[in-house]
Amino acid sequence: MPTLLDKVWIIPAVMAASFLLILFLGKRLGTKATAGIGIAAVSLCLVFSVITAGQWINRVNHPPTGEALASDIRQANGLTPQTPEEIESEINSATKDSGETVGAGDAQPSSESQAATESGAATTSEGGHSSEGSHETVPPVVRTVTWFEIGPIHFEAGTLVDGLTAMMLVTVSIISLLVHIYSTEYLRGDVRYTHYYAFLSLFTASMLFYVMSSNTLQMLVGWELVGLCSFGLIGHWWEDKKNSDAALKAFLTNRVGDMGLIIGVTITFFAAGATSFNVLHINEYALSPGANTTLLLVGALCLFGGVTSKSGQFPLHTWLPDAMAGPTPVSALIHAATMVVAGVYLIARLYAVFFEGLGIGSSSLHYVAFIGGFTTIMGGALAFAQTDLKKVLAYSTISQLGYMVMALGVGAWTAGVFHLFTHAFFKACLFLGAGSVSHACHHTFDMREMGGLRKHMKSTHITFLIATLALAGIAPLAGFWSKDEILAGAQQGQEHAYTLMLVFGLITAFMTAAYMGRAYWMTFWGEYRGHGTPHESPKVITIPLWILAICAVLFGFLNLPAFFNAPSWATTRFEHFVEPTFAFPAVEHPEFTPWLAVVSTILAVAGLAAAYLYYERNKGPHGLTQRNRLAKGGYTFLENKYYLDTLYTDIIAADTKGPLARAAYWFNQNVLDGIIDGASAVTKKVSGVVYHGVDQMVVDGVVNGTGLVSEESGQFLRRMQTGKVQQYAAILFAGVVVLAGVLVFVV
Amino acid sequence: MLINQFLFLGAILFCIGVYGVLVRRNLVLVLMSIELILNAVNINLVAFGAMWHATDPANLSGQVFALFVIAVAAAEVGVGLALVLMIFRNRQSIDADDVDLLKG
Repeated sequence: MPTLLDKVWIIPAVMAASFLLILFLGKRLGTKATAGIGIAAVSLCLVFSVITAGQWINRVNHPPTGEALASDIRQANGLTPQTPEEIESEINSATKDSGETVGAGDAQPSSESQAATESGAATTSEGGHSSEGSHETVPPVVRTVTWFEIGPIHFEAGTLVDGLTAMMLVTVSIISLLVHIYSTEYLRGDVRYTHYYAFLSLFTASMLFYVMSSNTLQMLVGWELVGLCSFGLIGHWWEDKKNSDAALKAFLTNRVGDMGLIIGVTITFFAAGATSFNVLHINEYALSPGANTTLLLVGALCLFGGVTSKSGQFPLHTWLPDAMAGPTPVSALIHAATMVVAGVYLIARLYAVFFEGLGIGSSSLHYVAFIGGFTTIMGGALAFAQTDLKKVLAYSTISQLGYMVMALGVGAWTAGVFHLFTHAFFKACLFLGAGSVSHACHHTFDMREMGGLRKHMKSTHITFLIATLALAGIAPLAGFWSKDEILAGAQQGQEHAYTLMLVFGLITAFMTAAYMGRAYWMTFWGEYRGHGTPHESPKVITIPLWILAICAVLFGFLNLPAFFNAPSWATTRFEHFVEPTFAFPAVEHPEFTPWLAVVSTILAVAGLAAAYLYYERNKGPHGLTQRNRLAKGGYTFLENKYYLDTLYTDIIAADTKGPLARAAYWFNQNVLDGIIDGASAVTKKVSGVVYHGVDQMVVDGVVNGTGLVSEESGQFLRRMQTGKVQQYAAILFAGVVVLAGVLVFVV
Repeated sequence: MLINQFLFLGAILFCIGVYGVLVRRNLVLVLMSIELILNAVNINLVAFGAMWHATDPANLSGQVFALFVIAVAAAEVGVGLALVLMIFRNRQSIDADDVDLLKG
């Protein structure tokens, strides 16, 4: 049965078409039509994405069996086994991977289709109602075409659809659609309106392309494309040097990590036998008993270099706060909800490589989990020292990305990806809310010029509050469920080995609530401190806010833990449909732990309360930073963002560029010029010799000689040509006589 | 059957023909000499045909081939005389030595 799962390439193609249309016709069609094209295309994408997700859910509920399963596994691996025995052994090994024997696995692949259907129906009735996370192998739908060939190796390009892809498709489409709509008002009258919408379309196309890539090479292309769009949109108002600098900083910082990514892709390619970039093939290799763990470790660390830059992990996170120079809807779409999670997605997609390479299941501390945990605390601490509302949110994003990476690092795959999903909605809501506030307050993001906005902007205030509570992790909003799952994962993950990560997570839970409380109270309470009268934004802005706020309320229930004894159709749905069952390591599923949930909620409430008391009630040690040298030092340290930017620009870059330039000059003057001068002298000598020896003597000699020989021989031969026919005939006859003589007497 | 007499006759005719072609100035006579050469060949053809197929009188391939040669020779003389006629019209001469435009 043909489904959209096979034809999923249509989705980015729609956006790419929209990009081209806007690019070439946008100026002529005017702003309304430009935005219309973009919105129509994203809406179409959203419809397709939802259909894809629905068909994937259907596929999980009615998994393929027998021949269909075998063919899917073959396509997933990019292999073509020849004999039925091989197919059978593949099915068996694949089902063994998931740790469960399937009824269909026993069925002969070559048996009657009737039998296959029957056994399929049997497993469906079993699997469809299983409330536990364990379910039978559902291979992703992989469709490929040959991209290029080198020798016997076929490099393929194609689409891979599984629960993770479907989830990303829906998330990206929803937020992109809302951002498109929101931008019609936010960017009204902008000089580069067409340019903006073209880039939005290109970004959406690239992101969708990235999440459905079936191999790492293709992911690299998507990764760079989203990076390019990010660069273009951060520098949207490039007339201001600050903005173009921010764009360059984002681009260059990402380049640093991308080097790691490229090396990582190469290493994993060669580790897995140098035959295919297929992610499932690489994952299968990583899980196979004979895998080279050293190569996997190096590969995983190199790939993590890419994650570090793209997903804003320490120490390459510095570009993300500066990226707030771009228009706010862009920050919501690219630098909060979608592009920055590309790195998290990369870990989730190549999880077997990370799991086996770093020994997530067997160690207690390793690079990825530590960096995730460290980033989450570091980002949270920096958010306190910011007065720019968007920068608070940016550091919050860094902190939450650290949370996701930490979750993946401790083996809580579902928790990390679920947090990615929920975070996308409430963080987009916060960013769009910040944009709405700035729209009202004469385009400032400085919280010192805000305050008291709750009276003027009801919708923005309520939605911002909901998203703040969701981010702080107040039950029962979305953030609570995903954050709690991460904490439970860190607490129980891999035999209670990741206690340090649990501590990191709990500290961050408190800090998140506190800095979000600070931002909320500074913005919406107290007295208005800015100029003019703030006004509520129009419906085009508030409706996306409301939609996102509703998502932030509801989406947490998608992964309701089994603890609550809800009916099976409502329990751990996210885990059931999104977690891969094919070429995936045996991860643990942490139990819902009541005491942990209570502790994290108390911490969140305490954080909000502390912020309320300190910033709204003016209680607590105000002015401490002026009185206490230690506190002042700490604040300055935070205000300067740990001096990382100073380290990069003033120390690393400045100390390198001076000596480097001098060395380059010396090299240029002495070595390069010497080589060039020497080369020219040699050339001059050689060319003299060549002119006299070769050109004058040999070449001209040959040419003149040829002419002379022709002339002389012509002079000689012309005597034979008398023009007298009978003379010719006589010569002919003489020749014949000679030939006849030869034939008769000699031969 | 002795074939010598026929071959002698053919050889003599051929030699006369070659001599005529090489030395006669008159182009018409050159053509006639060519006819002599062809007829020398015809005699040989008929003679050899008669010799090889003496036991099979129904096989006339030698004679038939000679008839072909006669037919072709007639055509050749037609073309040749036309050429000679045109040369005469243009230069009022049929001397072979006068026609030496290709002299190098």
